[in-house]
Amino acid sequence: MELICPAGTPAAFREAVDAGADAVYCGFRDETNARNFPGLNFSRDELRTAIAYARGRKVMTFVAINTFMRAGQEGLWHQAVDDAAALGADAVILADFGLMAYTVERHPKQRLHVSVQASASNADAVRFLVEAFAAKRVVLPRTLTIADIARLAKQIDCEIEVFAFGGLCVMAEGRCSLSSYATGKSPNMNGVCSPASHVRYRPDGRDLVSELGDYTINRFPAGEAAGYPTLCKGRFDIAEERGYAFEDPVSLDVMDHIEALRAAGVSALKIEGRQRGKAYVAEVVSVMRRALTAGATERPALVSRLKALSEGQKTTTGAYEKRWR
Amino acid sequence: MTLPLAITAPLSFVPIIAIESVVQRVFARVIKTHPGLFDRLADHAAKRYAFLPSDLPIGFLVEPAVPRISVHRKERAPASDACMEGELVLLLALLEGRIDGDAVFFSRDLTVSGDMEAMLALRNALDDCEIDLPRDLADLSGPLAPLVRRTAEHIRERALGRVFKEEAPRWN
Repeated sequence: MELICPAGTPAAFREAVDAGADAVYCGFRDETNARNFPGLNFSRDELRTAIAYARGRKVMTFVAINTFMRAGQEGLWHQAVDDAAALGADAVILADFGLMAYTVERHPKQRLHVSVQASASNADAVRFLVEAFAAKRVVLPRTLTIADIARLAKQIDCEIEVFAFGGLCVMAEGRCSLSSYATGKSPNMNGVCSPASHVRYRPDGRDLVSELGDYTINRFPAGEAAGYPTLCKGRFDIAEERGYAFEDPVSLDVMDHIEALRAAGVSALKIEGRQRGKAYVAEVVSVMRRALTAGATERPALVSRLKALSEGQKTTTGAYEKRWR
Repeated sequence: MTLPLAITAPLSFVPIIAIESVVQRVFARVIKTHPGLFDRLADHAAKRYAFLPSDLPIGFLVEPAVPRISVHRKERAPASDACMEGELVLLLALLEGRIDGDAVFFSRDLTVSGDMEAMLALRNALDDCEIDLPRDLADLSGPLAPLVRRTAEHIRERALGRVFKEEAPRWN
């Protein structure tokens, strides 16, 4: 299985390549990708240099252009695809069907991957994307069990990539409007979930209070690990209870299930975290590379090193092993 | 790793102007070595960034648009747009991109307040720059450069090792 690694900056890109990535995915410094955070991402020149660096080491570069085009502004997304193709991207990762149509029409030789943001989670959806846009790979939403993936793999003529480690999204990828509801900006249209411009962390006594726009997201007592300020990870009062209404602030880690994923027909494992620093990228990629080649008995000790880097400093197998309420 | 009192206490008595002079020389060296350091900030370059080491009686104010760094006693800290607070070793490790900012934030070892967008932009800009303080300090030290570099690297190894309670993170 390939190891697909994130990079938000050229320095992180080099770290991912040197640490053992088979492919690095990244995006342009604008709203065409779902990690459009301040100070992050690549200029065209930076991407050209990064691709050359990767190619010299037999590593592929995937360019995420995985937000949805805005009516009247399609040129920004078209240009991103044109530039990624011209710069030699090994694949573009797309979510918008209109952009997929543009890509297959203008750049028929460009390899096209379906972003998790397209939310293609059943055989009919994937088959349509393969037939209509010659998609070569689909990144599955984090909603399926390993058994679901195995069943799906038998019904489609397309490679499967799944998330193996990193931040978890609420189970409606590409369709989540929580951030948009609170701030007017969303990962789907603007490339930002919980934009930093709307985030505030406020000390209140020994507690840490996180706020997004006009909403209080969470209150962390002293000693409790903090999480991202997203509504999906918010702790709310519901009836008589206070708790996480959508999901807990934990990170995904399915490295205990590598053999099962391989047997299910998965071609590539993806690490989430283009918004994270190069230290995270270097550590996670090198540990994951070692974990992929290690035996099942050595693997837990290797991967446990990564808990400290995780949101909430806790990990979960998420939907892959569906046991929640 | 909290700095020992033997190191931090004297800073309450050393004149700010003396500390500032050293800090400004290092800052100028870093800017010269990394001319693109603040390019990623875009409009956020005009903001004022405060860094408050929780184990020191002083704080630092960085104004990228000038560019300028100033040193202040904490009780007289000037207004800032965004502020980061944590142990000095953590702040320096972040400056060099040796630790992941989100991870130390999750663990509550780091506090960020004010303009989060500006601080995030600065964090990402620093992370891309590959600053190496022992190397930059050595460049300022003339014939003593090799000694200064080795000493600074040794201190960094030990400090980071204590922070992570194991082998300090290394580059690939």
